[in-house]
Amino acid sequence: MTALAALIRRDIKIALRVGGGALIGVLFFLTVVVLMPFALGPDLALLTRLGPAILWLGALLASLLTLDRLFMADHEDGSLDLIVMSRTPLELTCAAKALAHWLAAGVPLILATPVLGLLLNLDATATAAVALTLLAGTPALTFTGMIGAALAVTLHRGGLLLAVLVLPLSIPVLIFGVAASQAAITGPLAFGTPFSILCALSLVSLVIGPFAAAASLRHGLD
Amino acid sequence: MTLIDLANPTRFLQLTARILPWLAAATAILLLVGLYQAAMAPDDYQQGATVKIMFIHVPNAWLAMFVWGVMSLAALGTLVWRHPLADVAAKAAAPIGAAFTFLALVTGSLWGRPMWGTYWEWDARLTSVLILFLMYLGLIALWRAVEDPSRAARAAAVLTLVGALNLPIIKFSVDWWNTLHQPASVLRMGGPSLDRSFLIPLLVMAVAFSLLFVTLHLAAMRNEILRRRVRSLQMMQASRRSA
Repeated sequence: MTALAALIRRDIKIALRVGGGALIGVLFFLTVVVLMPFALGPDLALLTRLGPAILWLGALLASLLTLDRLFMADHEDGSLDLIVMSRTPLELTCAAKALAHWLAAGVPLILATPVLGLLLNLDATATAAVALTLLAGTPALTFTGMIGAALAVTLHRGGLLLAVLVLPLSIPVLIFGVAASQAAITGPLAFGTPFSILCALSLVSLVIGPFAAAASLRHGLD
Repeated sequence: MTLIDLANPTRFLQLTARILPWLAAATAILLLVGLYQAAMAPDDYQQGATVKIMFIHVPNAWLAMFVWGVMSLAALGTLVWRHPLADVAAKAAAPIGAAFTFLALVTGSLWGRPMWGTYWEWDARLTSVLILFLMYLGLIALWRAVEDPSRAARAAAVLTLVGALNLPIIKFSVDWWNTLHQPASVLRMGGPSLDRSFLIPLLVMAVAFSLLFVTLHLAAMRNEILRRRVRSLQMMQASRRSA
């Protein structure tokens, strides 16, 4: 347990310090949202209507961008080999690493949502709904993305391959995330149904992600 | 003869060389019979002659999902039983599955134009098959990204199994999201709702397409085994020359 706590502390520290790059995700999120008015036109009514979808898409792409670092840095300096060989079960270690990654890279995205909501002319309820759905949904993105990150690191390929592998898997999260935010803002559907499914997706990926990532690390590293 | 006996690639090559001509002949005969029956089937009272696209479209769509199932079994073979031919089977199946999925999309789109008035609609069934197609392409990209086949095999096996878990989730999520495609009409509670004059040609075509898949898959596996042999021979020769 202390080993896992130490690992989480270490990962968060590395991610937040110079060269960590967790906060680049937030900057990317901001840039994506700022790009939208240039593509769609500065029509505030339209931006308000598309706001939840834009925020969700931005958060999805931003969390994808930082996934590369989940195992890559540890693989480069050799600590990943030590982690794989240690007595702590690899599944738990993977879960701890993903949790640390979510705390360092996922939570800042959620914290940035209210500011970005202002740019898209979202009111307080809408911003709160998007932030809440991101809070429930981004763990699913991190934990399923971890599978892609583990595959990419064992193959020494990152970047595009990771995106191609991970994005199709994240479609349900996107669907229910946007559906729940829209339900909270405009109705007519109840907020509870898509939101509970979103939570269920996060819980399912919490179970599947570490096992699949651990399996691919164990089989892939040599 | 068990699955373990097939672990020897040479024995697999011998066996498949014997059965492949028969399989190919059976596929050709069944395809001809199925196509004839499909051509002779009556026109639909609403859809007219375009209903005949169904006899190509539906088997393709079934095979698109069936091939992912075959690849999942092969992935288990790679990860759990370490069967030497499992990764060959998985690798050979991916492009064939992608082709079936692509054909299902194309025929469905051609059928949709006269019936729904549009080539593409962001409907649940269409979207989930499109995602299936994207996942096939991702898997093929993964196979092609790595030179060492056994290493690529394990990564692809993990991705195939995760995809197998995820495909039902994607299917239900897009169902919930938006739907226009008709519900299942053959495999459903209370028996098929399809008339016998359509059902029999459809089933013949489904069996014919399954046989077509088995034939193509075995042939592709043979090619893959031979390709690996050529590769290792080339490597041996290259290392001998440098030594």
